[in-house]
Amino acid sequence: MHIPEGPLSVSTTGISILGAGAVLAAAGVAWGLRKMDYERVPQVALLSSAFFAASLIHVPLGGTSVHLVLSGLVGLILGWAAFPAIFIAIALQAAFFGFGGFTTLGLNTVLMALPAVACYGLFHPLVRWGREGVAAIAGFACGAVAILLGAILLAGILMAAGYEFRSLAVTVLLAHVPVAVVEGLVTASAVLFLRKVRPELLDAPYLPLEVRTSDA
Amino acid sequence: MTWIATEPPRRVKLLFMFQTANFVPSVLDRFDPRARIVAAAAFCLIDTLVRQWESLVLAFAGAVVAATLAGFWPRTILARLAPLNLFMVLVLVIVPFTTPGTPIAFFGSWAYSWEGLLVAVEVVLKGNTMVLAVMALVASMDPIVLGHALHHLGVPEKLVHLMLFAVRYFEVLRREYLRLAAAIKARGFRPRMNRHTYRTYGYLVGMLLVRGLDRSERIVAAMKCRGFRGRFFLLDHFALTRRDLGFAAVTTLFFAFVAWVEWM
Repeated sequence: MHIPEGPLSVSTTGISILGAGAVLAAAGVAWGLRKMDYERVPQVALLSSAFFAASLIHVPLGGTSVHLVLSGLVGLILGWAAFPAIFIAIALQAAFFGFGGFTTLGLNTVLMALPAVACYGLFHPLVRWGREGVAAIAGFACGAVAILLGAILLAGILMAAGYEFRSLAVTVLLAHVPVAVVEGLVTASAVLFLRKVRPELLDAPYLPLEVRTSDA
Repeated sequence: MTWIATEPPRRVKLLFMFQTANFVPSVLDRFDPRARIVAAAAFCLIDTLVRQWESLVLAFAGAVVAATLAGFWPRTILARLAPLNLFMVLVLVIVPFTTPGTPIAFFGSWAYSWEGLLVAVEVVLKGNTMVLAVMALVASMDPIVLGHALHHLGVPEKLVHLMLFAVRYFEVLRREYLRLAAAIKARGFRPRMNRHTYRTYGYLVGMLLVRGLDRSERIVAAMKCRGFRGRFFLLDHFALTRRDLGFAAVTTLFFAFVAWVEWM
């Protein structure tokens, strides 16, 4: 659900959407940072590095392969901290790898982080406390819904940006359907794994830190 | 072994995101990082706003010059632009079909319009200009320097530290991933389109997260050990020199020129 530089900067509506995206992202990042203790900085950073590394995994799909996005799992594990974490990942990608760019930074953050936080709200209780079957289904839904929601948002934005982008919007939306299925399957098994191996990771948004300072 | 193409120093730096020993400072590296970030942001903003062909081409030329001054090899620049232009091919092929206007070609009942092609070319130009500008002015910087500069530009401290930690540990976790991937491969894993593959990747992702969390706990403990009291300190401070003011003047003049071409 990355929108590269370009398509949205050729119409007034598109430019307004970019502006709105930047404002929304700033608000989300600010809120996420407020909910994040200073001592959690390494934890959130390491988890977002792990997600960044996981997005290098290419999963076979049909004749080709797609790389993992895992926005659903990011939301599930980081909660509101997903906003700053995703923002950082996107900013680093834009600055050092040439994906996305400066003007689309805010909008891309929203496109990934908003579905992530929504999935946290919708599926976290089921994944954490449900029985194994329920957790697997919730995990699948979490992975798939995060991708689909992002793709729907992106397609809607392209449609709104101009009539000429209608075909592009449909292409983008259709291309994300198989990706959503793969993401759902991978997220479901990752969730089952974490429940068995390290259930406290699923509590990460409110995990108390083991070491505490007396005065901070 | 002369037949092995020598890697330019820039390339090495970009791969690891840190300045390496054979890093050669470019012309742009002599200027204040804050000025470069502001210039990149201004460049993207102005390029978003302009609509005339003359100003678009002028901005693109400016971005190419900036990328050259940043010391990137042409090969590196092309490699960086490749993922963007893969998407741009899609734009060029698809967008003209849903743009009303004079058709220049027909595919069945679908008309490929001239107006649509113009829109698509504008998208391509703008996208490439902005990626080049960000690459030249920001990506040529060491991420640590970038973090400090962002802090001095008013980005919240917590966010800057999140970025610095992510930069520091991304490579560590990437190696962790490569190690895990090698381990499953050694056990005969072949990725195919089946449930076993997706489950294995799920476990791989889960394990990466567990390793990341464990390491973050060790980092926090080590920080406590060294007397961490809930505050980080950024050590780099910058000073604007006459040279930086010159840089600001030149870039401002360039942006003003682009704006003049656009609106006069």
